[in-house]
Amino acid sequence: MSVTDIQLQEDLAHDDHHEDHHEQGFVSKYIFSTDHKTIAKQFLITGIFWALIGGGLSIIFRLQLGFPEMDLEWLRPMLGQWITTEGKLDAEFYLALVTMHGTIMVFFVLTAGLSGTFSNFLIPLQIGARDMASGFMNMLSYWFFFASSVVMFVSFFIETGPAGGGWTVYPPLSALPQAIQGSGLGMTLWLVSMALFIASSLLGGINYITTIINMRTHGMSFSRLPLTIWAFFITAILGLLSFPVLLSAALLLIFDRSFGTSFYLSEIYIAGEALPNVGGSPILYQHLFWFLGHPEVYIVILPALGITSEIIATNSRKPIFGYKAMIGSMLGIGFLSFIVWAHHMFVTGMNPFLGSVFTILTLVIAVPSAIKAFNYITTLWKGNIVFTPAMLFSIGLVSFFISGGLTGIFLGNSVLDINLHDTYFVVAHFHLVMGSASFFGLLAGVYHWFPKMFGRMMNDKLGKLHFWLSFVGIYLVFFPLHYIGIAGFPRRYYSFTSFETFNIYGDLNALVSIAAILTFAAQFIFLFNFFYSIYRGKLAPANPWKSNTLEWTTPRFPEHGNWIGAIPKVFRWPYDYSKPGAKDDFIPQTVPYSHTPESNLEHENELTKEEDLTGVEKAN
Amino acid sequence: MTGEMEAGNKVRSMHPQKFAMWLFLVSVIMVFISLSSAYIVKKAIGDWIYIDFPSLFKFTTVVIILSSVTMHYSYISAKRNNIKNIRIGLVLTAILAVVFIVGQLQAWGQLVDGGYHFVGNPASSFIYIFTGLHVVHLVGAIIFLLIVLRKAFKYQVHSKSLVRIEMCATFWHFLGGLWLYLYLFLIFNN
Repeated sequence: MSVTDIQLQEDLAHDDHHEDHHEQGFVSKYIFSTDHKTIAKQFLITGIFWALIGGGLSIIFRLQLGFPEMDLEWLRPMLGQWITTEGKLDAEFYLALVTMHGTIMVFFVLTAGLSGTFSNFLIPLQIGARDMASGFMNMLSYWFFFASSVVMFVSFFIETGPAGGGWTVYPPLSALPQAIQGSGLGMTLWLVSMALFIASSLLGGINYITTIINMRTHGMSFSRLPLTIWAFFITAILGLLSFPVLLSAALLLIFDRSFGTSFYLSEIYIAGEALPNVGGSPILYQHLFWFLGHPEVYIVILPALGITSEIIATNSRKPIFGYKAMIGSMLGIGFLSFIVWAHHMFVTGMNPFLGSVFTILTLVIAVPSAIKAFNYITTLWKGNIVFTPAMLFSIGLVSFFISGGLTGIFLGNSVLDINLHDTYFVVAHFHLVMGSASFFGLLAGVYHWFPKMFGRMMNDKLGKLHFWLSFVGIYLVFFPLHYIGIAGFPRRYYSFTSFETFNIYGDLNALVSIAAILTFAAQFIFLFNFFYSIYRGKLAPANPWKSNTLEWTTPRFPEHGNWIGAIPKVFRWPYDYSKPGAKDDFIPQTVPYSHTPESNLEHENELTKEEDLTGVEKAN
Repeated sequence: MTGEMEAGNKVRSMHPQKFAMWLFLVSVIMVFISLSSAYIVKKAIGDWIYIDFPSLFKFTTVVIILSSVTMHYSYISAKRNNIKNIRIGLVLTAILAVVFIVGQLQAWGQLVDGGYHFVGNPASSFIYIFTGLHVVHLVGAIIFLLIVLRKAFKYQVHSKSLVRIEMCATFWHFLGGLWLYLYLFLIFNN
């Protein structure tokens, strides 16, 4: 009955053994790294790469929409046979462009690029952990994403082109390779890529949730978590519950495409010939897809809202207004996101009674969303606002969130949606509320945490220029689309001019396209600023924004393990800005109440008795 | 060092890897919930056929329940530091799992003999999807089991090092339960 006792240290071996640091090689430090900070940067750089591709694609189809007569021969070196002999964009390639633009932006940029970057970067730093619960799984998560990216990228270079059935890849179009070119090999690669992407998201999400629940530092209770972490936490839960459903939907689609099953197919004629498939239902796919698809839009926007909460509170020098209401509304949005999916399907011939149920549930989301919007505005109200680029982008996010959210109330009504469904009104709505808002959250996050990521500052003036050009540009792009949409023009159509009714919108479309090109060009200011500052930016001070959260207590260039010596303890919530009586306008989370008798409230004085001050240095 | 001794170091909350394991199970549950609801929705739409289930499903059900018993036996042995019985339990479990998988494949043969093909009415396609996905997960569990078995042969599974075998057992019982659920679900919704 004797046992060799060799594995006693198996559990929670992440504490306090980082002093004996050995130099890592290049590969384990920058490529196959298990350090959450490096993985975050990998996600960010890959996300930027995809954002450029996704944005570039949109410019190509905006050229077609804004200037249908234009000779696109000059694009031939890049697009080859996709430019027809008349110098026009190939009509089927147009479909592939919009499909890939949607897929890339929703999944690769605003899910992986946003959650992947900031959940990885901020969770351990803001909750006080050395690294993620499993660094290996985290590394795997990035490399699954990388593999998924490679497959998706490869699909651009095959003869039949990338997937072309829209980013939602509805069957039967996507299920039948003989339907369009974009349903051939490109579609198969799309499905493979998404399967890898789902694996990446699940690995990442499981890690985020585990880390937040299990690895918070001493004193970091859930009621002291920064709102960023709350947002990432809820986002990860949404992903954990919804991505497996997309996997199921994709799996059945793969079998329909490649093995001849009939889950989504029934009684179809192609070129006068009947297909053997019987008994399937394409609506089934839509149910499965949107059960993911709707939570997915919150997976995209919630991290941006979390980042914004943090930045607006810091730069207004005020506590966030309604901390608990913010958490409650995020939980509310998260819960509701699972029971509104059918509002994407009002025109599938659904029972009108069911339609009104989903209408009501959808409109209820306006309540938590409005709470968040009001809380941002009331946080800004009478604050000592510091207009950093991050702050400007956060305020821009709030603006997009409101103006795009209002049109959501139109579209959530089944009666109105029957008219507006699949028009440019929908395009305008989700590009503002989800696309641009989330994109601004991403940019705000980069500007705000760049000093922590790279130890240097980004250029402030270029940041502000980038903001104003993007902000004005985005409104110029998407506001006119509302009119085109109300006029009834359907999305994903190759040409406006072939319909007499829509000819009058030619000028408006040209304006939109010019604005889109300018907005896209403005992003290169950011790119220059970003890469230049990584190497040549001014060295960052320890706490450049005078912020309260834990990440600013780490060294300028944190090593793997984040803190030298013990992990700091946490004694208060992260929003003690401009507290009456305090000598500074911010009190970091690491300062105990017993060190700040001058600013303590009554119940906080009570708390001083329970504080465990071992290892805490007195300031001054 | 008897089996009753507990490790001295207190864990404040659940072990992170175990917790991650549970989260993984949640995502597996979501896959099967979504497929179940797809099944129900599809059935409600109509154009549905009645399936005669293979008799072998009854046999494989018994096998997978037995494998859970041997898995648990192995876990108990680990708690009591009975190294030999850990190995016996794990090997038995692995054998039963292989028997189960072979049984499921034979059951597919029975289905085909009954005229219920993978390609055809979704009613029969779904059965292949359910059983196939379950077997895929079980293969994953067997790989996990073999890793634990290797550790057991290196004397690395004992009362102070239970995390791996606990996680393995959790996954194993989960897959047993999942099969029972799928079988009953198919019977009641045929």
